[in-house]
Amino acid sequence: MTELKRNERLLVRDIAHARAGDKGNTSNVNIWVYDSEDFELLKRTVTAERIKREFPSLVRGTVTRYVIEHLHGINLVMGEALEGGVNASLNLDSHGKSWSYLILGLTLDTGETIR
Amino acid sequence: MTKGNGTFRIGTGAGFSADRLDPAVDLAQRGELHAMVLECLGERTVAFAHRDRMADPRRGYNGLLERRMRALLPACRDTGMLIVTNMGAANPRAAAERTRDTARALGISGLQIACIEGDDVTKLVRPDQPYMDEPGSLADIGRPIVGMNAYLGADAILPALEAGADVVIGGRLADPSMYLAPLMRHHGWRGSDLAKLGAGTLVGHLMECGMQITGGYFADPGIKDVPDLAGCGYPIAEVSADGSAVITKLPETGGCVSEATVKEQLLYEVHDPARYLTPDVTADFSRVIVKDLGKDRVQIGGAGGNARPEKLKVTVGYDAGLLAEAGVSYAGPGAAARGRLAAEIVVTRLKETHGIKAPLRVDVIGAGSLFATAGKTRADGEDVRLHVALRTTDREQAELMLWEVESLLCCGPAGGGGYRGVITAAVETKSVLIDRSLVKPTFEVLVT
Repeated sequence: MTELKRNERLLVRDIAHARAGDKGNTSNVNIWVYDSEDFELLKRTVTAERIKREFPSLVRGTVTRYVIEHLHGINLVMGEALEGGVNASLNLDSHGKSWSYLILGLTLDTGETIR
Repeated sequence: MTKGNGTFRIGTGAGFSADRLDPAVDLAQRGELHAMVLECLGERTVAFAHRDRMADPRRGYNGLLERRMRALLPACRDTGMLIVTNMGAANPRAAAERTRDTARALGISGLQIACIEGDDVTKLVRPDQPYMDEPGSLADIGRPIVGMNAYLGADAILPALEAGADVVIGGRLADPSMYLAPLMRHHGWRGSDLAKLGAGTLVGHLMECGMQITGGYFADPGIKDVPDLAGCGYPIAEVSADGSAVITKLPETGGCVSEATVKEQLLYEVHDPARYLTPDVTADFSRVIVKDLGKDRVQIGGAGGNARPEKLKVTVGYDAGLLAEAGVSYAGPGAAARGRLAAEIVVTRLKETHGIKAPLRVDVIGAGSLFATAGKTRADGEDVRLHVALRTTDREQAELMLWEVESLLCCGPAGGGGYRGVITAAVETKSVLIDRSLVKPTFEVLVT
């Protein structure tokens, strides 16, 4: 994402990549910055509180955030976040494979006007 | 790097039940592998397999077993490559017998096929055993249980390897354990060497989903481009005696292995990175190093290990009735509004006219479906599809839902077309724990 100038970056997707996995009714999304200089921005943007605030209907349980400092990544573990899980969910994506793009679609918390 | 310099070359030939075969054959032929693992079992896959076995006692194993073995056994014979797989699913013995017959038909003699049993603990679990990770117990299910399988670890696989097996077929063998067992045998790692068990478990965890580490489940055009994804190769791990490894793939295959593909897989389906539980060890991935060596080679290491969990996880599968799904499409100006009107009609008809109370969901694909619960929908889709889903134990209700959606063709909004409807059997799963002392894995070797 080096082509984008710093002031053109809007979304988490502009600085990071992510993958979603499921276990029962718990979803985890791991997120990694392309450039270590953006890690503080990622940590400021993707907080447990922000996830609960953005997706109250989807993420009904506790959000735990593990930070992997030396690899510049975050692992978000979202409880009760799969509409019952693969067993019960009637969402077409009952595994929540696409949840990675919910996180990548969040606007960056640049500390300025965008929020 | 090739065989013979101390490293153990282990590859993946399937990362899930429906994974590709032709890249596995390529890897078996050209990969100079010591071992290939085919991981083909999910929680619900094993429950479905139990149902297949109930319908026909000769079935209950992976439906692609024979095709896979027919394609891979010649390379196994020619190169001496070990095969380890959980394709036995709910019937490892029948799978081993089928593999023996396949080998014989190919004219392969002297092949030793080990069948591992003992993961089926249906008779050993208490009927009121509490759930592992949620309130309640098995007594609350109230539906017919189809099977219970304990996750077996490397200690269930090692005796078969020590007996000289060329092919090891089990049921609920834990995914990373299928990699760890051959590594323990080759490098002489003992069960008490927890750091090595953690290292081998890291290798297994990274490898078990096949192409998810070589460019699959990764591409995002323009941002994360992956070359020749249609020709993607399966991964190879070159594992040293100290537990460090290089993840790579065959030359002249599609895909890529990079720090990014490895990191995404590192925490795939992991919660606390410092506590990844398997039957073998509590692995610690929190200080793992990932270093790009270039040319689709990534060095990994630094995993730790702590004592294995005291109990084994058991997946309990039960009959959950039916899943009915049906849809109709709308396109052009106002398509999203017409799709939403169709959705309202279906809900009214099913709930009010017919009094159906079973779980029902209606989406308008193209105007917000996967992210609908997350609150992300859009009003302007010009090519949308109504998608209706219903869970019920009553076949008549399931059929009625399909009927109602099909009736929209004449009774719904303008321009609806492309009706499809399907009813599939559903199984659900719960997890419980069992004492290790109750689970007694066995193995038997069949020879061609």
